[in-house]
Amino acid sequence: MSETALATTPPPPVPSAWAGAVRRGAWGWTALALGCAALVGLPVVTVGLNLFAPSTELWRHLASTVLPGYIANSLWLMLGVGFGVVVGGVASAWLVTMCRFPGSRTLEWALLLPMAMPAYVVAYAYTGLLDVAGPVQSALRTAFGWQSAAEYRFPEVRSLGGAIVVMSLVFYPYVYIMARAAFLEQSVCVLEAARVLGRGPWRAFRQVALPLARPAIAGGVALALMETLNDFGTVQYFAVDTFTTGIYRTWIGLGEPAMAAQLGALLMLFVLALLVMDRLSRRAARFHHTTGRYRSLPELRLRGGKALLALLFCLVPMAFGFAVPGGVLAWWAVEAGGSMLLGGEFWTLAANTLTLATVTGLLAVALAVVLGYARRLHPSALVQGTSRLAAMGYAIPGSVIAVGTLVPLAALDHALSALLRDRFGWSGGMLLTGSVAALVYAYLVRFLAVSFNGVEAGLAKISPSMDAAARTLGQRPAGALRRVHLPILRGSLLSAALLVFVEVMKELPATLIVRPFNFDTLATRTYTLASDERLAEAGAPALAIVLVGLIPVMLLSRAIARSRPGAAVLP
Amino acid sequence: MSAPGARPPRLVLDRVSYRYGARTVVDAVSLDVGPGELVCMLGPSGCGKTTTLRIAAGLEPPMGGRVVLDGRPVAGDGAWLPPEARKMGYLFQDYALFPHLTVMENVAFGLDGLPSRDRAGRARAMLAQVGMGDYADAWPHQLSGGQQQRVALARALAPQPTVMLLDEPFSGLDRSLADQVRQDTLRLLRETGVATLMVTHDPEEAMSMADRIAVMRAGRVIQSGSPKELYDRPADPFVAGLFSQVNVLRGVVRDHMVATALGRFAAPGMGEGTAALVLVRPEALRPESDPAGSLRLESSRLLGPYLELRLSLGPSGPDGVAAETVIARLRRGPLPEVGQPMTSRVDGEGVFVFPDAGSDVPS
Repeated sequence: MSETALATTPPPPVPSAWAGAVRRGAWGWTALALGCAALVGLPVVTVGLNLFAPSTELWRHLASTVLPGYIANSLWLMLGVGFGVVVGGVASAWLVTMCRFPGSRTLEWALLLPMAMPAYVVAYAYTGLLDVAGPVQSALRTAFGWQSAAEYRFPEVRSLGGAIVVMSLVFYPYVYIMARAAFLEQSVCVLEAARVLGRGPWRAFRQVALPLARPAIAGGVALALMETLNDFGTVQYFAVDTFTTGIYRTWIGLGEPAMAAQLGALLMLFVLALLVMDRLSRRAARFHHTTGRYRSLPELRLRGGKALLALLFCLVPMAFGFAVPGGVLAWWAVEAGGSMLLGGEFWTLAANTLTLATVTGLLAVALAVVLGYARRLHPSALVQGTSRLAAMGYAIPGSVIAVGTLVPLAALDHALSALLRDRFGWSGGMLLTGSVAALVYAYLVRFLAVSFNGVEAGLAKISPSMDAAARTLGQRPAGALRRVHLPILRGSLLSAALLVFVEVMKELPATLIVRPFNFDTLATRTYTLASDERLAEAGAPALAIVLVGLIPVMLLSRAIARSRPGAAVLP
Repeated sequence: MSAPGARPPRLVLDRVSYRYGARTVVDAVSLDVGPGELVCMLGPSGCGKTTTLRIAAGLEPPMGGRVVLDGRPVAGDGAWLPPEARKMGYLFQDYALFPHLTVMENVAFGLDGLPSRDRAGRARAMLAQVGMGDYADAWPHQLSGGQQQRVALARALAPQPTVMLLDEPFSGLDRSLADQVRQDTLRLLRETGVATLMVTHDPEEAMSMADRIAVMRAGRVIQSGSPKELYDRPADPFVAGLFSQVNVLRGVVRDHMVATALGRFAAPGMGEGTAALVLVRPEALRPESDPAGSLRLESSRLLGPYLELRLSLGPSGPDGVAAETVIARLRRGPLPEVGQPMTSRVDGEGVFVFPDAGSDVPS
């Protein structure tokens, strides 16, 4: 053994990220991950670049006519939905977390149920229920002996206000989840200190619990508003012109892809603002963590009138966001679904949807594993950055992603057919655009984040010494992944695939724009039936979407129930 | 440092370096481990010892220097052999048993090269050797910490590596259990004749297990040698204070000697007038009652098999400030009376004189 420290050796050259990957034997994985990330990030970048596109005559026309309307409607919608989800989400979260009243335990998970409802489905259900020909107005007319709708005033469902109510009803769970998690994480000691210092339970809530939970609530609102910007079905049906309907109309109706992309780029600015809000809230949340001491929460027991009020308050969003529209769908499905089920159309739709969702789910998980594992093998800034970009699709509205997918694919198609014509004298036509593959690609861009987050969370729970153990016992990185990580991750992979599956089932705008001609899924068929005023027939496919959508809600409620720090952890 | 004519070392680290960003965590570390030998890297947490171990295993590529395994360069100078091709055993601090595999499957994990019948036989034999033969079908989470450690050891040894790397393998066990597991592990390593490089922050553990110890601090090996060499001839105050408490006295070199309240000590090779640090091990003091002595007994306590005496080096100052004290440790005898004057002889083997370069004696 050499003696004490030797004379200083000259410092070795600083290795670049790539050289580091090569030395670790991870360059293959790094390259693969960068390739995947580039492919998935391409549409996002494509649309983003349109921010800098020169303005054309048509664009100036658009900007002076419809654009102000899009912006105003989108802003009103965000404002209204933002208010709605904060009131509904925060109050219900506080009531079920800190108070006990009859039914509060059930409401803890029942309040999540509206998440299973796509907003457009709820919009159809309420239109069917509340419009002039619907059962509610008919019953009113019968009861009061009115002959026509002109004799009374009834609020118009298909309006900006209606869209705000519908979206608040289905998006409040995002705030509910975040606020509830924040309340659960708050150390009871802080709340008790507030009580001892002379605050009543309500003032303690207002002055301590609420400010502490504010970053989490802001994060939930950001998510809800991203969903609001993403919505197409509701605003289209309610004839509220927003960015998404504008993009759709510019693309499908006017046949102006470049214009659609420019609108998409503008919409991305809104999303960017929300992303910044989300990130800032996360940063703030770290400083809002109080102490590490937890005790079971003091359950404020409500009795009599107070208990009834609390129960009613929590029942309202649950009932109007899930039970009532779900009931309407079921009624329609029973009334008109028979012919659909027997006619075989439903099964074609289900098979199409199932295939798309399964293929996308599996691919999304596979990509997420590649990205996550490459990052684990060699966490260079390059891989970190690209995987973040690739996972950004979830914040970006489906219509924008559709445009961002189709523009490069169309360019590729043109190049491809030119090549084929030159070489073989035969042009293949548009091979990629309008194919199922293009649709799967668009889904991957939008939902990769969903699977990526799941896989990342799973990988983070595997100790790095597992990797080292597998390697020293003779496994190469791929072997370690196959024999150690994948088996351990099985559960996380399954639920990640499931989440993507359900998202694909519900997805509407991207599917409408990218799908092959005459190819329908449950979601697009629900949409076209509703657009054709055949609401009752839309019941069966809509109900199918909702029922499958319940699965991730159940997973989520289980995960939340287990997540309280300091609570006994079940194996 | 291997004796001439000895068998060639299994593992050689030659001026190995590693940096995280701008911070050098391993700074030109050189080590070698011969067949059947146990070498221990000892140092406080963050001194770079675990990174050095990971470099030896191929889990981190060194940024400078070479790693030579069985005479073959495996890292540095353009050579690179990934960890899976090095066939070294690695025992992890958290054992890293695969939770989705049974004990048996864990042990057989590294035996891919063998036909399946031999794999089972070898894994079973290995489990029996660590006394876990009855647990072949158990799952890792059903085992206690000590049992998990033994399974991890069996798993690492099953492919019959020529070099074993142990990363704080006993730190997860409670003290009473650790001693037994340490002895069992040591016995097994000796039986297999494997060359072992071990990392620990526990000086006692290093003393009790290692043939040679390399003391590390801030990424460098500051001294290496047998436990006895390190204890008897520490290279600096840090090493002197590592294995036991030391009394620290300060003085100035005059006529090649340093005068202290405990007497004058030789300061070979130190310049006239330089500040010196005199370190005295508690067991090197031989105090006895002496009415003319300048020391005063402050307290005496019985600590199991020995006595610990606290002696002040002079009367309290006029302002009541307590004088400096030293600690002496002696074999059990009658407790002397507190407050009486004493003198002390000093056994030269337990005294070390260093230049006083600031206080880097571990407390």
